[in-house]
Amino acid sequence: MSQGRQLSFNIFRYDPQEPDDKPKMIRYQLTETPGMTVFIALNKLREEQDTSLQFDFVCRAGICGSCAMVINGFPTLACRTLTAKYPKGDITLMPLPGFELIGDLSVNTGKFMRELAERLKLWLHPKANDSDVHRLEDPMDPVEAARLYELERCVECGVCVSACATKQMRDTFVGAVGMMKIARFEMDSRDARTAEDFYHVIGNQDGVFGCMTLLGCQDNCPKDLPHMQQIAYLRRKMAMTLI
Amino acid sequence: MKLIYTDSLVVGAGLAGLRVAIASKERGLDTLVLSLIPAKRSHSAAAQGGMQASLGNTVKGMGDDEDVHFQDTVKGSDWGCDQDVARMFAHCAPKAVRELANWGVPWSRVSAGPRQVIVNAQKVTLQEAQQAHGLINARDFGGTKKWRTCYTADGTGHSLLYAMDNKAIAMDIPVHERIEALALIHDGKRCHGVIARCLITGELRAYVAKSTTIATGGYGRIYEVSTNAIICEGIGQALALETGVAKLGNMEAVQFHPTAIVPVGILTTEGCRGDGGLLRDKDGYRFMPDYEPDKKELASRDVVSRRMTEHIRKGKGIDSPYGAHLWLDITLLGRKHIETNLREVQEICENFLGIDPAKDWIPVRPTQHYSMGGIRTNATGESPQLKGLFSVGEAACWDMHGFNRLGGNSLAETVVGGMIIGKYVADFCENNSLEIDTQLVEQFMQQVQSEIDVLIEGDGIESAFTLKHEMQRIMMDYVGIFRNGPELDKAVAELKVLLERSRKLGLKCKKRHANPELVEALRVKRMLKVALTVACGAAARTESRGAHAREDFPQRNDRDWLNRTLASWPDPDALEPVLNYEALDVMKMELPPGYRGYGINNAIAHPDTAKREQQITEILAELGDDADRYQRQRAIMPFELPESLQPNNERLSDTLTSPSANALGEKS
Repeated sequence: MSQGRQLSFNIFRYDPQEPDDKPKMIRYQLTETPGMTVFIALNKLREEQDTSLQFDFVCRAGICGSCAMVINGFPTLACRTLTAKYPKGDITLMPLPGFELIGDLSVNTGKFMRELAERLKLWLHPKANDSDVHRLEDPMDPVEAARLYELERCVECGVCVSACATKQMRDTFVGAVGMMKIARFEMDSRDARTAEDFYHVIGNQDGVFGCMTLLGCQDNCPKDLPHMQQIAYLRRKMAMTLI
Repeated sequence: MKLIYTDSLVVGAGLAGLRVAIASKERGLDTLVLSLIPAKRSHSAAAQGGMQASLGNTVKGMGDDEDVHFQDTVKGSDWGCDQDVARMFAHCAPKAVRELANWGVPWSRVSAGPRQVIVNAQKVTLQEAQQAHGLINARDFGGTKKWRTCYTADGTGHSLLYAMDNKAIAMDIPVHERIEALALIHDGKRCHGVIARCLITGELRAYVAKSTTIATGGYGRIYEVSTNAIICEGIGQALALETGVAKLGNMEAVQFHPTAIVPVGILTTEGCRGDGGLLRDKDGYRFMPDYEPDKKELASRDVVSRRMTEHIRKGKGIDSPYGAHLWLDITLLGRKHIETNLREVQEICENFLGIDPAKDWIPVRPTQHYSMGGIRTNATGESPQLKGLFSVGEAACWDMHGFNRLGGNSLAETVVGGMIIGKYVADFCENNSLEIDTQLVEQFMQQVQSEIDVLIEGDGIESAFTLKHEMQRIMMDYVGIFRNGPELDKAVAELKVLLERSRKLGLKCKKRHANPELVEALRVKRMLKVALTVACGAAARTESRGAHAREDFPQRNDRDWLNRTLASWPDPDALEPVLNYEALDVMKMELPPGYRGYGINNAIAHPDTAKREQQITEILAELGDDADRYQRQRAIMPFELPESLQPNNERLSDTLTSPSANALGEKS
């Protein structure tokens, strides 16, 4: 194989636990290899140039949502971002804004998502508690099941939160991730909650009525989830509860 | 010293761990889960194709039941599994699927009427029963007699994990994220919890508990290329090994999945072939029917992986800078099917290969995928050597997979095993008190502390990254799909050298808090021990069984090797584990060893096999023709389960007026 081109990485570095450390951008050079992703590149940089470099990867296959970061200005999943995508070979990496910084490119999305789930009660509230696992299951409309799965493909990567202008201004805003999940349970025929129940949670400035419809969520969602449609659906649904 | 107490401590927040935690919490026990990462990011999420459970709702699943699922599982294991456990599992799998439906999983459902599918490269129209409409659907998978794999598109693990974690959140079960367990606290007889390190602050904590359940997944990352998440490094197995007491089972049983993409090794689900996808060689030729005329692409995974490797060795692979590969062709399934049922595969192809799988063939080759071996437990999930230590899911050798796991049985094991073992863990917590010996806890705490001190302050010179790469290369080159004595001996010798070198690890980054190099160093020492148990076990086992294929011993040898490898590491300074063997008792088997149905039948029989077959015939004759299948099963091999899981499973076929598959079946 011929020698690959030189990539120049400009990476945000900051360790909030080091008393004297200050946020800074550091440049690293790396030779590109065929099929190189930001995942491969960051691991190479850590192994060969700076062993203290912090970042998060788990599945490295675009499935787990661990590795969202801002790459050349856009929040996305680093594991499936090919370096070949950047013709100039200049790649700037910043941690995802809107989340607690652990260090360098590592942010605490897990803590955020768990708190969101607790706050919005993002779990199925079954209509009947006496479902017997030994008996035939209740039937469900096959079309509904398929539609629920489409909405459930969210990987909680945090990209929609970091791409949301409303969230930047209003810390308590639930973001597209919160609304997508609410919509998912609202549409689930097994869930006992009514539109009124959901209204109490998101029928306000922190929820559907806070969204400015700039749709950074829709533009950047790595799973191509229909955020625009779901926010509009919920907004309509919530407004209907007032009639 | 920071001490945290709980009743039921679970290490690992994937499906198996969370299910045990839920079972504990349901019984009112104080429950706490430790995880390297947020629970929903666990490797369970990567399971694509589905989980097996004999619901028999789809017309191609009609006639399925626990008996058929049990037989498929035992055959798939190449008779290496624990048949009691396989029975417990097959019986509870339908319950787990239905429970998960109640917790929110949007299982794909059956649509009544005609549906077009691809079977053996032909379009076939199935006629689904009216009564099945809306019930949980199933797809075909390798090595199974019936269509039994329940699914949500190809994101089944994701859906299950999200539903399970949501349930855990609803029950207010705390998950301590970014915490890594580094040692088990034990007194040689009983396990009392773990010493763990916070990956953010570096703080060491002692988690003291009545029961400690290891649910940390497999050890795929001891290999260079693996479908596994990068956190599947075998640290759970290493924790057990380092007690010197607890034993690991069948560590040499490592599965290679036929279809991971080249070069990065990301999985494309078996559902691709289950739904009708084909394997092709460099001439575009569909080669599997030549090797396995009966099951073709849907032979058991170990078989397909070996056939692919054989075919590549014949020069039929496609050359690439990363070595030869073959093609997976799902174009015949059509765009609509791919965009609904194989969405994740489509995304992976687009993002990592830049191809459209509805138009282009996918470059694939067999890649390390699953660890059948793990922490040896008895049927209740507890270590026979260390009381209070439980293990579940891929981390464990509960042993329903033996030497080869069927596709769809791993996701199933996490939730079914978790369901069953969770109840036994809760029983244990109710029947035992918390024992806190602070001196013992302190001793383990100091041990871990000094290990870290030496790494940071010592004068070691070895790089954790280098040692890890070398280990991974050795495992790839010498402990792969086909194995032989000289190469395995080489692997053991080279790994020993690495283990010695790992005692002189040094760090460039000296931070005591968030320090990725320190994490790597702490892990690589442990991974090397795990790799050695795999290599030593493989070198010692001079037969071929399931995924353990010895070129120098190609026969399955029931006479000498119908047993389970047990590995322990009693001397911390030793460079290799101590191996011994646990015999599998043919006289207790429901299904005595037989022909698996692939290639030539060349197994060396066990002397008891004929005797047991005769005995079973007699038992059944004595029962008479009136006995139902449950009575027959109980007479041959009774097995235990917690009472609440004992009821029989209801099926559509119990009430369907014309249940015969032929009546509803295929019209080509």
